[in-house]
Amino acid sequence: MIVPYGHVLVLAGIIFCLGLTCVVARRNLIMVLIGVEIMLNGAAVAFMGSGLLWQRLEGQAFVLFILGIAATEVSVGLALILHAYRRSGSVDPDTYSVLKG
Amino acid sequence: MNIYALLFYATAVLITASTVIAITRRQAVHSVVFLVISFLGSAMLFYLLGSPFLAALQVIIYAGAIMVLFLFVIMMLKVDAGEENKFPRRFWGPAILVGLFFFSGACVSVLSDPSIAVPLKLEMVTPKEFGRFVFEQYWLAIELISLLLFLGLVAGIHLGRDKGRGEEDPE
Repeated sequence: MIVPYGHVLVLAGIIFCLGLTCVVARRNLIMVLIGVEIMLNGAAVAFMGSGLLWQRLEGQAFVLFILGIAATEVSVGLALILHAYRRSGSVDPDTYSVLKG
Repeated sequence: MNIYALLFYATAVLITASTVIAITRRQAVHSVVFLVISFLGSAMLFYLLGSPFLAALQVIIYAGAIMVLFLFVIMMLKVDAGEENKFPRRFWGPAILVGLFFFSGACVSVLSDPSIAVPLKLEMVTPKEFGRFVFEQYWLAIELISLLLFLGLVAGIHLGRDKGRGEEDPE
């Protein structure tokens, strides 16, 4: 017997909100990507708690898929950041204005 | 309150504190280091919630591979920490207000549900059972994930290529 399911969900919500704050408030593409990682981590915590509540293995299977997707997303995202940095010399998304008419 | 609940709340406080510190650091390297602590806390949480295998994967992939990849790219970019633009001050008030409104609404709706208050039954899942389950029920998803990882590799090599020199992105 461990904690109630609601507490696990609230913890997952706190982690997700912290990640969302990082994505919205920071002006640095690397910090934005870190925020996305934190949000994925919060979702994984919620999946673990749900899997334990219903005594099914699906929750843990989806945590495994989240791990794979996070690894892919980070490698592609960091490659895109490197590409953008080489072209514009900045990692501030507000300075990207090539498409501005 | 038994030892598992105590460990859960201690881990929750550790994760929240280190994540808050991580997202407020000016230097990206510092925030990556604090994020490693946060992900180690998540691994502890996964172990408490009954999966030692996923706890090990969390340490190896999240706290190991992904964070080292971040450190590589931060070192390659040579970005000065002081030049980051600040979030406009006049946006902070409404942002915090709306965020707290939705978060407290979600908390109230989660915690007021009586069926959610029953304590979770602890059940450890061995890696063998977990592997059998995943490869019997979700083999197609595993194949798709491996294809996705391959596409990530191709995209990383293509986008990270420096003109003419054939420099590759790590991983």
